[in-house]
Amino acid sequence: MTISARRRPATLNLLIGICLIAWLLLAIFPFVWTLWGSFKVEGDFFSKAGWQNALSGPLTQLEYGASFTGAGYHGAWVKEEFWRAVLNSLVVVVCVVVVSLTFGTLGGYALSRSTYRYAFWLLIVALVFRAMPPITLVSGYLLPFYRLNLWGHLPTAIIVLVAINQPFTLWMLTAFFKNIPKDLDESARVDGCTQFQAFRHVIIPVMWPGVITTGLFSFLLAYNDFVVTAMLLSKQNQTMIPKIASFLGTTQTEGNVMFAVASVVSVTAPLFLLVMFFQRQIVSGLTAGAVKG
Amino acid sequence: MRHAVFLRFFLPTALAMLTFIALPIVSVLVQSVYAPHERVVVEVENCTPFGCTKSTVIDQEATRKLQEERPLGRFVGGDIYADRSHLAFGEIGQAWRGAETWADFGRRVMTLPFYKALAFTLTYMLFVTPLSIMLGFCVALAVNALPRMLRGPTIFFSLLPMIVTPLVGALILFWMVDSRGIIGSAVQWLAGDDDLSLKASTPLTWIMLIVYGTWSTAPFAFVVYYAGLQTVPQDTLESAMLDGATRWHRIRYIVLPHLLPLTTFMFLIKIMDNFRVFEPIVSFNAGAHAQSLSYFIYSDLAGETRLLSSAAATSVLTVAGVLVLLSPVLVRTWRQFGKA
Repeated sequence: MTISARRRPATLNLLIGICLIAWLLLAIFPFVWTLWGSFKVEGDFFSKAGWQNALSGPLTQLEYGASFTGAGYHGAWVKEEFWRAVLNSLVVVVCVVVVSLTFGTLGGYALSRSTYRYAFWLLIVALVFRAMPPITLVSGYLLPFYRLNLWGHLPTAIIVLVAINQPFTLWMLTAFFKNIPKDLDESARVDGCTQFQAFRHVIIPVMWPGVITTGLFSFLLAYNDFVVTAMLLSKQNQTMIPKIASFLGTTQTEGNVMFAVASVVSVTAPLFLLVMFFQRQIVSGLTAGAVKG
Repeated sequence: MRHAVFLRFFLPTALAMLTFIALPIVSVLVQSVYAPHERVVVEVENCTPFGCTKSTVIDQEATRKLQEERPLGRFVGGDIYADRSHLAFGEIGQAWRGAETWADFGRRVMTLPFYKALAFTLTYMLFVTPLSIMLGFCVALAVNALPRMLRGPTIFFSLLPMIVTPLVGALILFWMVDSRGIIGSAVQWLAGDDDLSLKASTPLTWIMLIVYGTWSTAPFAFVVYYAGLQTVPQDTLESAMLDGATRWHRIRYIVLPHLLPLTTFMFLIKIMDNFRVFEPIVSFNAGAHAQSLSYFIYSDLAGETRLLSSAAATSVLTVAGVLVLLSPVLVRTWRQFGKA
């Protein structure tokens, strides 16, 4: 690429620069705007007078004596008990990641080492399952879950999310295990290990990069889920995303939409950190299936 | 690996998928052919010294007993599929006979909720998928031209719209396009109309949702293409340059063909994902103007009286739609590997 870079005409460079800056603005600006606005009062963030008010915050100054206020955060976290939803989310996310990785590594390892044709077809079935919109499955759960008294509890949502997550986890981990040479566990078998011992002592120590990448995506699925958690959890077991949705229903009329803005910022912040620390893994995970397949 | 050992390793994930993906599909199929019981009504005579009046009341006892005996409801076969809020055969037939032109027929069909949802879902899918892939490709080309030092931060910021929770990302955009928000007032200023609200009109709502969809899925295309661009064979590019190929020629005849398999892969994934579009409609509070199939099911389930049978019938139709979309892939795989 060095040759072409040297020869690139100035106009093209300018065009590329403008395009990139436009895209970056498009990608970042909404987040910056919302973060800034979350420290204002509603009259400023949604200003009838003009958008400049959201920057300077005259009404915020009038009401709180400073151009920034934490009122939205206080209202959301303390008054509306957003912290409870955060704890619920934490439980759900940790459990989903741990369980789906446990199931996924076992299943993915088996699929990658099987020489029979059914392993291939199981992957195709998983692909079909992956394509099912979760809401269609949820409408299948409700009646049996009511009958069996399973509705509303955290473990129910956890196991459902694990199952919905399995097809994707299986695909990623199978691709990953196929890259670990078969000789490794086969030589362990020759030395007298059972298949499980070979998995336990030879594969597990070397599988962590792939497991971490897959785990990140399981995390995102559980963290970002709205459909399953909104429909299957009772009010006191609500996780963060349905909680935000419920703010919109109840508080928009009271003029406290800023609670929702504050909690939106609170939900987005951990995701920023996640991308910052795991950018390499996320990129490699997104491209793993695509570039090789 | 022997069958027994394979089974032992595969059992947990197989059980999870069977119980919570395969069984619910069966459950949806069953629910969609049963309707809730009608209430048992009895006629009672109230006699007072001034005469007798007859009135009908619901027999709670009998209704409960019926519900316990047959918890699924009464069997109605395909009736739910044929009713007005699903395939609406009767209404379609009427529209067909009554309509004078194709446009008129289309207008009549679009008053039926299921077809309206289907139309939005397909429109969304058909616009967002190619738009986001094209935008992603352009960004990938541009980032690839950057000096190495700047690429990391650019990728970081580009990933954000995709990583952020769909419901949350859509809300952030929704607040900005509010008529009192920054984009909303900018649009009002551009159009010179102070009362313009993007939320109040159906076409504008659709455009907003499509813009959101493109914004949130372009990063995926970008990342995949960016990785693909790193694998373009450099010597082919250089020999093309020696032969006098322009920059555009090189993209057209070397880079694009090289990226073709990636593009088909992305189309497959994105078509599946865009077909289930749901969260942005909740965030944009756009149910009145744009319903997707997923949202249609959700609004049946979330209402005061949960319309389980209706939701189940829509779910079955949606699953059928997914299978139709997937069928080219499945048929091709079957041809390639099934018989070999």
